[in-house]
Amino acid sequence: MNSHVLTAQPVASPHAHGGNSVGRTMFRVQWALLPATLFGFWLYGWPSFFMWLLTVAACVGFEALALKLMGAPRIKASLLDGSALLTGWLLALTLPPWAPWWVPVLGGFIAIIIGKQVFGGVGQNVFNPAMVARVALLVSFPVPLTWWVHPLPGGGLPAPDVVEGLRIFLTSLPVPDAMTSASLLGHAKTEMARGIDLLHSLGGESSRLQSWFGVRAGSFGESATLLILAGGLYLIACRIISWHTPLAVLAGVALPAAIAHGIDPARFLAPETHLLSGALMLGAFFIATDYVTSPNTALGQLIFGLGVGFVTWVIRSFGAYPEGMAFAVLLMNALTPVIDRFIKPRILGRDRQGKPLDIPEGQGA
Amino acid sequence: MSDQAYGRIFKDGLWEQNVVFAQMLALCPTMAVTTSGTNGLGMGLASTVVLVVSNMLVAMIRHTVSSQVRIPVFVVLIATLVTIVDMAMNAWLHELYKVLGLFIALIVVNCAILGRAEAYAVKNGVWVSALDGIAMGLGFTAALTLIGLIRELLGAGTLFAQASQLLGPSFAFLEVQVPDYGGALLMILPPGGFAVLGFLLAGKRLLDQRLAARAAALPMADVASA
Repeated sequence: MNSHVLTAQPVASPHAHGGNSVGRTMFRVQWALLPATLFGFWLYGWPSFFMWLLTVAACVGFEALALKLMGAPRIKASLLDGSALLTGWLLALTLPPWAPWWVPVLGGFIAIIIGKQVFGGVGQNVFNPAMVARVALLVSFPVPLTWWVHPLPGGGLPAPDVVEGLRIFLTSLPVPDAMTSASLLGHAKTEMARGIDLLHSLGGESSRLQSWFGVRAGSFGESATLLILAGGLYLIACRIISWHTPLAVLAGVALPAAIAHGIDPARFLAPETHLLSGALMLGAFFIATDYVTSPNTALGQLIFGLGVGFVTWVIRSFGAYPEGMAFAVLLMNALTPVIDRFIKPRILGRDRQGKPLDIPEGQGA
Repeated sequence: MSDQAYGRIFKDGLWEQNVVFAQMLALCPTMAVTTSGTNGLGMGLASTVVLVVSNMLVAMIRHTVSSQVRIPVFVVLIATLVTIVDMAMNAWLHELYKVLGLFIALIVVNCAILGRAEAYAVKNGVWVSALDGIAMGLGFTAALTLIGLIRELLGAGTLFAQASQLLGPSFAFLEVQVPDYGGALLMILPPGGFAVLGFLLAGKRLLDQRLAARAAALPMADVASA
């Protein structure tokens, strides 16, 4: 054959392409996060908007800087795939809504440089970058990272306007105590430490309803349980994520919580309180399902999810921190290579051990 | 031995074969004690003393000890030296001992000391082995102090805290406190140590690459003469 006949660039199979890409997946996840984010803006006002904006900008900025320093080709294309944007977005959702300006900037640095690019960039990181940043910030600055502002529409205080919001954001002054309140998990933990059991420290059923709608103190985007659930179900519906990890995470928390609560309701929170508190919904649907840092197989994802849920419950019930979602995710991220080593996807035409399948006589080609 | 060879020893110890940044030895004490510049400096100096004396002793007995039993002999030698330094510091530098106490015993498990005995002292004379000990020790001290200072500055907002306890009251001027900065606790904790070491290593590699590129760009005549 003459060489000049071959004009088209040969491409590796498969040749039929579904049109999916990293960018499209990232965009859909952001789409799913949008309702909870908008609700957070309404709930916490302008400071939370600036916080979100700067977190996302810092992540994208540090991504661009790292790619440039490394001399990576196609910097613009790498930025436009939206992975840094999504990391920043997820990180913002887990930060306190009125965090001062340096928290997002430092968080973006830790997430992108230390959590992601040091390992080789998108698809190479061992740990979920947003959770690395979240944990590093929490361990380093416990006080600013636990300023839970009381949700404004429910709190009866006047919401800060744009200028006031910018001032709160930039000056990093301590938030007046009247505007802050403890998160439910934190409240339960401090009261327990004072010797008051859960039957007395948690009053009424109203908190549960508030949790569904998200009008409770907590991180910026984790409180609106219903909206996050809706976003997560949307992701399952368009097959961005499978149901295995989220269900396993929720079960991993709910099962031990139900058993312990049944044995001693004065010491252990009810399973529904666990499910509706803290970052559990966000973590189950958006963070534990990260492709890069979770196992490849359905069975592996079930084990991973159960582990995340169980460790979260253990930290919440016995640990020093009131919330353990981020720690649990990081811990299970570290175990992901081990899970993937023991549970491998079956190769076509072979059994799970990798041996060729027996083809009965006469049926082969 | 020529001046050039002596220069080589110091160049290796301080930069090209630096215990921490090039050989990646002694990471256990490096991570454990570099929570402040003062701790790093104290640990580095104590290790240097042990390293110099152990190098000299190993070089002295290198023809007497058979190669089959050399490792146990060297270990016993180093352990003895560390114990002597430990007791001497407890007796005469008690304030310093209170700061570093636990970590002095850790010098025994410092791979760099056995490493230098094996790699250098057992093959060279007493005098150059002592020089090698000084150079390696100073390189180690510099690395520890640098890591300690960075971690201390980022993690606690101070520089050379308690330096007057280590070096005497006349060095109190070294102690600096950054105003209005509480510090990021993570940098004092182990992950901070690894992160700082990683960035410093990357920085050294980058610098080496730049230097190599510059050397390669020089005309051939200059390289030949160098």
